[in-house]
Amino acid sequence: MARAVKRKPKLAVWKFASCDGCQLSLLDCEDELLPLAERIDIAYFPEASRRMLPGPYDLSLVEGSITTPHDAARILRVRRLSRRLVTIGACATAGGIQALRNFADIREFAAAVYPHPEYLKTLATSTAISAHVPVDFELRGCPVDKYQLLEVIKAFLTERKPMIPGHSVCVDCKRRGNVCVMVAHGTPCLGPVTHTGCGAICPSYDRGCYGCFGPVDDANTAAIAREFASLGMVRRDIGRVFQTFNAAAEAFRREAENHAD
Amino acid sequence: MPTKTVKVDYIARVEGESSLKLKIRDGLVEDVRLSIFEPPRFFEALLRGRKFSEVLDIVARICGICPIAYQMSAVAAIENLLGIEVDGPIHALRRLLYCGEWIESHSLHIAMLHAPDFLGYPDAMAMARDHGDAVQRALALKKTGNALLRLLGGREIHPVNVRVGGFYRVPSRAEFEPIVEPLKQACDLAIQTLRWVATFPFPDCTRDYEFVALRHPDEYPMNRGRIVSSAGLDIAPAEYETEFLERQVPYSTALHSVLKQRGAYLVGPMARYALNRGRLPPDICALADEVGLEPVCRNPFRSILVRAVEVIFACGEALRLIENYKRPARPFEPAEPRAGVGYGCTEAPRGILYHRYRLDAEGTIEAASLVPPTSQNQGIIEEDVRQVAAASLDLPEDALQAACEQSIRNHDPCISCAAHFLTLHVDRT
Repeated sequence: MARAVKRKPKLAVWKFASCDGCQLSLLDCEDELLPLAERIDIAYFPEASRRMLPGPYDLSLVEGSITTPHDAARILRVRRLSRRLVTIGACATAGGIQALRNFADIREFAAAVYPHPEYLKTLATSTAISAHVPVDFELRGCPVDKYQLLEVIKAFLTERKPMIPGHSVCVDCKRRGNVCVMVAHGTPCLGPVTHTGCGAICPSYDRGCYGCFGPVDDANTAAIAREFASLGMVRRDIGRVFQTFNAAAEAFRREAENHAD
Repeated sequence: MPTKTVKVDYIARVEGESSLKLKIRDGLVEDVRLSIFEPPRFFEALLRGRKFSEVLDIVARICGICPIAYQMSAVAAIENLLGIEVDGPIHALRRLLYCGEWIESHSLHIAMLHAPDFLGYPDAMAMARDHGDAVQRALALKKTGNALLRLLGGREIHPVNVRVGGFYRVPSRAEFEPIVEPLKQACDLAIQTLRWVATFPFPDCTRDYEFVALRHPDEYPMNRGRIVSSAGLDIAPAEYETEFLERQVPYSTALHSVLKQRGAYLVGPMARYALNRGRLPPDICALADEVGLEPVCRNPFRSILVRAVEVIFACGEALRLIENYKRPARPFEPAEPRAGVGYGCTEAPRGILYHRYRLDAEGTIEAASLVPPTSQNQGIIEEDVRQVAAASLDLPEDALQAACEQSIRNHDPCISCAAHFLTLHVDRT
């Protein structure tokens, strides 16, 4: 009996407010991209292709945060078209660096950059995709790690759970055999409270982790903030450490608030 | 005349989101508008209140494709303000980083974004079925560029190693050993890529651009030099704002940049090459001659040749820099804050990127101004589309649209930088 030919799963890649770095991670898979394209149908990926097939899609990768009324409506449509929806990167999972507007006056921000702010249609906040629609998995990082991204794609296409660990950067640092930059050199480092994924790059380059993968679950940010203070950092500088690419992630947002002027 | 409207909702294979509106009345192109409705992210506003030492990590996030460019212009501006002069091995390492980004970004554009236009494919994946070797070569080149970025910066996107005054950590000579052989192979792959793209069919198109690029007495420009133009402009980066002006138009979230005296101008590979061919090694000029690339190329469709030449240059330059590298005694010069204004301009893969910062005495940013290459090229891109569309009005709708899209991709616009979304609307009346 003839077996039914299995349809290739359809992948879509969407962009909201972002730098494009996370979707570029897919094009940076120089050895894996062409084999991947044989196994799946890259049905919608405007950065890479003029061919744009209509939905529904088996898997949507969503990059970027929601910052405009237009995008707040568009994400609802993307969700309806997607059987599974995975958000990739700090913008999509936590609002990104542009979420610093959440703590400022958006009108003042707009006036500081544009001579005619009235031409802009923008929201007062930058928010994670999960604040707008249900999300099946969140992959952290600013940017995401391309091997983790490949793992997530493979996992969803084979209907299994992605094997993405959730420990802190400290564990990776020990594995690499790094000397602790905070203990040995007194360099402030967010490694103890930051989600794994980067491979502990910063301490490997003689600097402290700056938290681009966002807070680990149950991050004890108060303890690390006390440690920073004992290293001589002033209150305001400590607050700003938590206000970068994951400023709106709950644990970092709260700790920054505790150090507000 | 009957009214006719053609709409394409997304121009693909450019970085970011923008749209193009073409108004055609009585068989003439009446209006061309490149609208960027990439959501604004307000970097210049959110930089205020940060310490100068935090700027490089933040501005990298403006663009995932050219984070090095942002770090290089920012570090140049801040060092200019603080009176730090980097030279010797630190300068060499910064130039080496830029070689990595030029190789990575240009190879991506040549093979994955631009070449499919010439050969009639929707994307590189489809093109690879018929031109597998060429795509594999470009991917190998891109991988080598990225390997260089990873070695010097920790990762290819948003690398972490550059700091004001130098680097956090400088590599030993031995650390470069694994990359030497791939770079030597990359030189060959890059030459093959140039010969491949030289076989493409190039539409006739001659444009009278004013080219603007950096120029340096000894170097094909990357990190330093004066801003010069084909019309005789010759200024220091600090004088940029006396000659150039940013304008906002209602249909775009990106600011348009113009020369106050003369209007639209072009930055990027074509401008760099036209103004700096004399700084290229003779063997590379000979390769350009071999494939018929004129010393001043005025056909934007042929920009792919210039990018290919620059990839060859960047591979060779990287090897030269590595060969001459001596690990510096210390990775960075100490940086003491002072109040003032600093200016930096460096050559991103897509052209000059200008930064200005004003700091207070504690080193806190009071004001920032950033002018990316794509803002500067928007005027020229609109003019190109106008000329290409005018010459293509007799074509069927899909061919007209493809020609317009290609003429935009000729300049490798980076929309995240300029503010993102390319949609084509053709209005025929």
